[in-house]
Amino acid sequence: MISSVFLLCVVGLSLTQIQFSSADLVKQTCRQTPNYDLCVQTLRSDPRSSHADVAGLAMVMVDMIKAKSIATLHKIGELLGTAPDPKTKATLRRCAQLYDNAVLKADIPSAMEALKTGNPKFAEQGANDAANEADSCERAFSGASPISSFNRSVSDLSRVASAIIRLLL
Amino acid sequence: MADPNPARTFNDPEDPIIAATVPDHYSPLLDVDPPAGENSRRPLKGFLVILSGLLLVGLLMALIGKSGPSVSQKTDLTLNAPAESTNISAQFLEPVSRGPSAGVSEKSFRLHSGVRAPFPWSNTMLSWQRTGYHFQPEKNWMNDPNGPMFYGGWYHFFYQYNPDAAVWGNIVWGHAVSKDLIEWLHLPLAMVADHWYDTNGVWTGSATLLSDGQVIMLYTGATNESVQVQNLAYPADLSDPLLVDWVKYPGNPVLVPPPGIDDRDFRDPTTAWYGPDGKWRIAIGSKVNKTGISLVYDTEDFKKYELIEGVLHAVPGTGMWECVDLFPVSLKEDNGLDTSFNGPGVKHVLKASLDDDKNDYYAIGTYSLESGNWTPDNPNLDVGIGLRYDYGKFYASKTFYDQNKQRRILWGWIGETDGESADIKKGWASVQSIPRTVVFDKKTGTNILQWPVEEIKSLRKSCKKFDKLEVGPGSVVTLELEKATQMDITAEFEIDKEALKRIGESDMEYSCSTSGGSAQRGELGPFGLLLLADEGRCEQTPVYFYVAKGTDGQLKTFFCTDESRSSLANDVDKRIFGSTVPVIKGEKLSMRILVDHSIIESFAQGGRTCITSRVYPTKAIYGAAHLYLFNNATSANITASIQTWAMKSAYIRPYSSHAF
Repeated sequence: MISSVFLLCVVGLSLTQIQFSSADLVKQTCRQTPNYDLCVQTLRSDPRSSHADVAGLAMVMVDMIKAKSIATLHKIGELLGTAPDPKTKATLRRCAQLYDNAVLKADIPSAMEALKTGNPKFAEQGANDAANEADSCERAFSGASPISSFNRSVSDLSRVASAIIRLLL
Repeated sequence: MADPNPARTFNDPEDPIIAATVPDHYSPLLDVDPPAGENSRRPLKGFLVILSGLLLVGLLMALIGKSGPSVSQKTDLTLNAPAESTNISAQFLEPVSRGPSAGVSEKSFRLHSGVRAPFPWSNTMLSWQRTGYHFQPEKNWMNDPNGPMFYGGWYHFFYQYNPDAAVWGNIVWGHAVSKDLIEWLHLPLAMVADHWYDTNGVWTGSATLLSDGQVIMLYTGATNESVQVQNLAYPADLSDPLLVDWVKYPGNPVLVPPPGIDDRDFRDPTTAWYGPDGKWRIAIGSKVNKTGISLVYDTEDFKKYELIEGVLHAVPGTGMWECVDLFPVSLKEDNGLDTSFNGPGVKHVLKASLDDDKNDYYAIGTYSLESGNWTPDNPNLDVGIGLRYDYGKFYASKTFYDQNKQRRILWGWIGETDGESADIKKGWASVQSIPRTVVFDKKTGTNILQWPVEEIKSLRKSCKKFDKLEVGPGSVVTLELEKATQMDITAEFEIDKEALKRIGESDMEYSCSTSGGSAQRGELGPFGLLLLADEGRCEQTPVYFYVAKGTDGQLKTFFCTDESRSSLANDVDKRIFGSTVPVIKGEKLSMRILVDHSIIESFAQGGRTCITSRVYPTKAIYGAAHLYLFNNATSANITASIQTWAMKSAYIRPYSSHAF
């Protein structure tokens, strides 16, 4: 009885150890970013993270920036539909441009391609720039931003991505 | 001597700043009872005890795998020099602290300066940034120079290009031709990503000209599975001097990563040189763990290759070697040599672009065809740990033999150092350096000399001469009030002999990148020129010499470019670059500077030390950009003789389409 229990324990333990090893890479990687909790939470929410190397984790993060940016664009569209005052309207339009032209059309594809093809040095700037664009958009509202949480999200995720990419250099 | 290598990681546990500010991100260990010593009479209790024990052991083992402290945000180490007065008189510019550590790691600088408060760039400011006479495509992103050669009466230049955006990606080969390396005609794209073996990127490669007139182009392709392979391409029509159309060898790829080499560490094939037994040889950069290496292959037909045992050379700790280049230089003659040349009176330069720190390093040594190895003259100055082609922004460079004028010519990719958002806004990113001739420096025997090609002089107009200007300590002299944005400048300096005799020893080793730049005063420096400076000198880019007596009692000359006040914008890199430059007894201190809007190329002592800089002023642009001479030394008088030329813009346009 004891030996079979022992065997069960060993097998069970080995399985948990395997999980610990890949969770370790997530933790290890996230420890070297400016926002550990966000990093871990984001990576863990994606099943790819459990068998990814650092480059793979970076790609998961960049994908999340993409998702958040798309969500931000949708929100901007929604807000524009509520007929806001001219100033807000203009700023929303400007932000839409930043997210569309810069983040989604340039930064994200460039960073993804660089990570995919093993050229991480070209991914770093893309991630940094995504944060810049989000910050730029937020600043443009001069304190009265209706999309603060979205901008904040993209900015924070981008900084985390940038730090992960830095580990590849 | 090169500035000490910046620390490679920012999460260095030795770094006192990091160690002191490490927040603990650990979840506390599960509180688990250690296994009890005594026997339990109840099997369930025993089972639980053993299970807990095993779990504890497992947890401990898993947690032992952790490493490295966390990194918290460092305080922003931006330089804040006080604004200077506008009159031309003694200036006491306060030296600025660079932070507690001995050197600001380039990587940490980039970390917290990678995301910076964006500057409200106007279209006027952005459009000024475009160069007047440096090679760049009409728009979008460019990086490495590819396959440069002289063929059919034309200089051919290819380059990594993104046809869709001003950021890296979708890389294909751009193409341009020139008669003089200065005026260029843009041609259609030479190669695009249209095969499985280069669908993820038509990357860097080199040309080999065969004696029977064939043109061989080898280049790296990133396959559909992101494996790096080498491919062969050749002109569709050798009778077309413009070599517009290219054909890819149907049997591609001709080389795939060999065993032991990672799929992503195998790229940038070189120009071939003639090996033993009538075969050709090429080199390809790679790495094994952290050791940068260069593999060598033999080939007879450029289609089938044989990996030569061993490596051309390897240097531990240098990381991935990109854009490897091996070429001979003559020890006696001033002309360049064909890539295959070897024999007495010849040394070989081996160069690698280090992926890890984005700089180009070279070393002079001996290449033996028999052994297939290259050995450095001085192992302390080996590839990657010694001299650099250029101490500023300069990467992925490549030489070629110009059989037209018997020169060895060097091309270098000069990327942007502004924010990517500005690049996207202005619609382009990157320029190429003005092509430089490369020769062995006979006077020092330890350096090569790089110099802008002679043809650049064809752009010179309206010369101004300033002969033997005396500049006392702490003064500024106005040289040019008209728009000093496209200039060619040569300057010679002499330090008064008394000051040289007087100078005391310094117990601190000076270094351009860790100094306070032109604001840090020493007895014999800094002195030089202020480029792209507005009238109030709120913005200025000094290029200067700084002479000091080292801890060994020897005089050392430093040549630096100080970007710290080049722009009021904070979302651009503002570093101080430079290195020591050997000065032979009797030589005056001399510099040559090419100013072309947002690029400044500086050469000291005939090209012994070079610095390329990208600057993005917001005020010192168009007519507001002036040129000054300055001497910020505390004790030395400087005598300067300067010549300046305004530079015409170069004709760099698309080739007219009706020719096809």
